[in-house]
Amino acid sequence: MVSRQPLQTYSEPLPGVDISDLRGKLIVIEGPDAVGRSTQVAQLRRWLEEEGHAVLDDDKAAHGAALAAKGLQDARKSNTLGPVTMTLFHTMDFADRLENEMVPALRAGMVVLTDRYVFSIVARALARGEDRKWIEQVAGFALVPHAVYYLRARVGDLVSRVVLGRGFFDYWESGMDLRFGADKHQSFVRYQRRLIQALDSMAGPYNFTIVDATQPAGAIFRELQRHISALPFEKT
Amino acid sequence: MLPNRYKGKLIVAEGIEGSGKRTQISLLSRWLRVQGYAVAFSEWNPSPPVRETIERGTANRSFTTTTFSLIHATDFADRMESYILPLIKAGAVVCLDGYAYTAFARDVACGASRAWVRNLYSYALRPSLTLYFRVPPDRAIGRIPGGRDSVPYYEAGMDLGIGRSVDESFRILQGRILAEYEAMAAEMEFHAIDATLSMEEQQRRIRRTVVDSLGEVLRTGVLRSAPRGSPKESNGIAPAAADL
Repeated sequence: MVSRQPLQTYSEPLPGVDISDLRGKLIVIEGPDAVGRSTQVAQLRRWLEEEGHAVLDDDKAAHGAALAAKGLQDARKSNTLGPVTMTLFHTMDFADRLENEMVPALRAGMVVLTDRYVFSIVARALARGEDRKWIEQVAGFALVPHAVYYLRARVGDLVSRVVLGRGFFDYWESGMDLRFGADKHQSFVRYQRRLIQALDSMAGPYNFTIVDATQPAGAIFRELQRHISALPFEKT
Repeated sequence: MLPNRYKGKLIVAEGIEGSGKRTQISLLSRWLRVQGYAVAFSEWNPSPPVRETIERGTANRSFTTTTFSLIHATDFADRMESYILPLIKAGAVVCLDGYAYTAFARDVACGASRAWVRNLYSYALRPSLTLYFRVPPDRAIGRIPGGRDSVPYYEAGMDLGIGRSVDESFRILQGRILAEYEAMAAEMEFHAIDATLSMEEQQRRIRRTVVDSLGEVLRTGVLRSAPRGSPKESNGIAPAAADL
């Protein structure tokens, strides 16, 4: 799993999809809920475009066209699907975005800068006690990114960000489906701790670059800029 | 797949389209009910979010080999988590028309990797008995209601570019699916039923197979329906004697 080159698949083929001619760059921002990923992704996109790179638009609106967009939204609202079902549903949605959005963009030579990738699905599955070998093989058709930046924080940092930001604890971000108890704050702490453990355990095998997300947003942005500038972009 | 450590038993029917597996497993489930067992056999309706996605992908023809595998694996997981497992834990005999082997055969015939597909379903319960309805594709196609014109786009494998017409594509795909079933039959311990025999003869053999292979556990282990007079042999046409 470790030795694969960027833009090859991890361990499984992607049947019917030609990945021999991909030229773009795949850059992933990962991290737990409320760590500030989307802020960084928005700023990085603006900066990369100023630098003259075509960046795939991967905001929420673009996902409306995705096959499982409505289905997943309904599934989250109704909360009637079990953990394995949700894992596979998210994986299906990921495969759809990979094949229909990311691969064509990479073929065209664009920069695909994505807020979360298959690692979030794997981490959520691990946090729900699913088998590591099972989920790693399920997700094994994913393309190896050029870089994965893992915005790392402690649970305590996330709690204050949630309180100051959104102002309430989200059902799913609190892992309420795990039925730790009725207290959303306690559940959030336990679930996010498991998620962080899962992401930490993946950092080595999947070659994450760890970025300290407890720094001010501006400092995180400059650190990400430094890392990304060092990537070998094609000069055309 | 995982061994079944619960009281309930799982009996599944497998085979290509038009093999008659649904008719036979339905007859078997009614017979078992008349014997006094708590039998669950019902049409599975995908949960609304999953159904919505399947319908959208089918209407837009936007499935690929991988997303087609995954949406059906999602639906199967839902069926396992919300329907099969609770019934098996309760001690019921669960009869199913199609199981994970349907995906093992179909997805691989469509180009997915064998190891990847099998892993998708590795958390599923291993059935207590798998009846495999063996029939040559030409015989099976002739039995499909509405004939070949009724075969939907994906069922015919039209996205695979393997045939010029629905008819040709469907035949080629069914041939590949059959080859996959045959290749796994021994490994998965299928009980093969010759689906070219008369309906009555097939059912007679199936009932004997069930008694031979599951008779003891059925007598002692599984959940029974509330006593309603003496259980007696039926021709399988009688309506269900016991509901769950």
